[in-house]
Amino acid sequence: MTIDPIPPFVEDVGTNFAYLDPQTKRSIRRAILKAVAIPGYQVPFDSREMPMPPGWGTGGLQVTASLLTPDDTLKVIDQGTDDATNAITIRAFFSKVSGVPMTERTESATIIQTRHRIPETPLNENQILVLQVPQPEPFRRLIPSEKETRKIHALGNYGLMSVMLYENIARLGRVAIAYDYPVRVHDRYLASPSPIPTFDNPKLDNSPALAIFGAGREKRIYAIPPFTKVRSLEFDDYTFTTQSWEARCSLCGSSHTYLEQIGQGDKGSTRYVCSDTYYCKSHAHADEQR
Amino acid sequence: MYLKNSGEDAIKASHRLLAAKRRGDLQVPELSVDQIEQQMSLAVDRVMVEGGLYDRTLAALAIKQSQGDVVEAASLMRATRATLERFGASEPVDPGRMTVQRRISTTHKDIPGGQILGPTYDYTHRLLDFDTAVPEGLEDVADELAPLSEASSDLSLDVHALTGSDFVEVERDERDFSGDADHTDAKSRRSSDRGERLRRLASGDEGFLLGVAYSSMRGYGNTKGLVGEIRYGDVMVEFTVPELGIVVGVGDIELTECQTLHPFFGSRDKAPEFSRGYGLTFGQAERKAISMAVVDRALRGEEFEEEVKYPVQDEAFVLPHADSVSSSGVVQVLKLAHYVHFQGHLQELEALRARHKQNLAPGEEMKE
Repeated sequence: MTIDPIPPFVEDVGTNFAYLDPQTKRSIRRAILKAVAIPGYQVPFDSREMPMPPGWGTGGLQVTASLLTPDDTLKVIDQGTDDATNAITIRAFFSKVSGVPMTERTESATIIQTRHRIPETPLNENQILVLQVPQPEPFRRLIPSEKETRKIHALGNYGLMSVMLYENIARLGRVAIAYDYPVRVHDRYLASPSPIPTFDNPKLDNSPALAIFGAGREKRIYAIPPFTKVRSLEFDDYTFTTQSWEARCSLCGSSHTYLEQIGQGDKGSTRYVCSDTYYCKSHAHADEQR
Repeated sequence: MYLKNSGEDAIKASHRLLAAKRRGDLQVPELSVDQIEQQMSLAVDRVMVEGGLYDRTLAALAIKQSQGDVVEAASLMRATRATLERFGASEPVDPGRMTVQRRISTTHKDIPGGQILGPTYDYTHRLLDFDTAVPEGLEDVADELAPLSEASSDLSLDVHALTGSDFVEVERDERDFSGDADHTDAKSRRSSDRGERLRRLASGDEGFLLGVAYSSMRGYGNTKGLVGEIRYGDVMVEFTVPELGIVVGVGDIELTECQTLHPFFGSRDKAPEFSRGYGLTFGQAERKAISMAVVDRALRGEEFEEEVKYPVQDEAFVLPHADSVSSSGVVQVLKLAHYVHFQGHLQELEALRARHKQNLAPGEEMKE
């Protein structure tokens, strides 16, 4: 793995390349290196206030800003689509302060910043996936105290999460977690995969691409290095399941992607489309050519 | 069929509408940044302290840009601040050497230097004054501020001398508080050091701190506080130049300082005394400074072996949620797309409803 030098100030843009000053980028890169070295471990970092509201992806924004070089090609998606308002705002920001080319093509991107989805197109070893994370601590809803949860991670004492899953099954008959389903990284740290749907969890396992998770408000960065074992929690007699649909995408006909309902306006039948709009488009074209 | 690139155009249109809304009726003269800086100075103060950046002109610009939304303006200041080089930390400011414009004590009638009421709304009637709408007639008052402040400089309040005893908690030197970390630094996520806590309270949302301070006074807390002193005025900021090794004054800033005194009835190790709360803000922000001092004292429960029972006493509750920029961002994130989440919830609810319909016990399998 090579580490690119930090690009300098760009005169014609009027800010540092990719906004952050080199000193801040260096400190974030150090946190990223540590995160890669300890898969799934939440590394504290000095989180700067970005020109977007905290909670809107400022963690991912800082990770991308510190990684970006002029040779990169950036893709930004929000909930699977390149055309969502927040994706457009982030893309416009990086376009202005870095001038790097932007793409919708998943295959062409070297860095993909995403909120709450992993692209359907398989990623490769030359790509970095940057995930925006609202809450990096998988135990936070069970244990509000940071002191306590740090201890739990240090000891690898994760029984409480199994109890929570068990209680779900005992009370509801199933684990009612639709997204942000906790994962065990490289058999060690329990981590939040960020609020991706359970459908996307298997994509993290043994992925050739590096995944970096940035939580700006909570001042934490963690990572899943390429080809790392990632297991969603389950029991011997109750296995982890992901979302699936009987329906197909009404645009591209796909039956193996994450689907979203679209409103019909009248009381007609429910229709579904792919959440990953780029994949849907390329898939539809492929069908046409066939 | 695809909602192709409509988003980008829609966002541009939204920006244009925003600019038009901000400007308002073109028949009405446009506000200048100078006017805001001079005539909306309390809003400027609030934006500076919650934005964590002392620059009156930038704060005034932020207020203009945000149509007077001070929380939005504070977030503009925070983002600006993030781009500035941090070349060093000043010496701790000494409000004891303040050139005061206002300074009162509520625990003693006579204090050395006297009670100085200064500019405040405290003694006004809250009646709409329609003369304020007439843009003239105050020239003769304009130069009254300067001489008052000169005459009343250097009043350091010594509460020990006032009480003539050791009834008041001994103040620790502020240099005891480690480091100069601010709320953007990683370690502030798990702070417990009082100095660091005070720094985070200072940049906290006035409304939130006011609310939790009030909660502690109404019964959701046990701090009975008195204002030992509140003062507002100019304080010199000093910086030690590393290359020269000498301290130089780099300018004056306006500060409001509040010291509260709270009776503490003693524990096994500590004698009964007046314990302290401390508030410090940029500009004139007395409501904020008092709230901060009350909350500071409430958060010191551990030091005084008090049972932590109420939200105001819980640092993990107060500190992160006091930050208006974070709170505003996260609450308003609900306006972003959540299609994926909605779909996920929908699937879960569908599965649970199917079980519910068949009236299944948790362990039971679904019937076909």
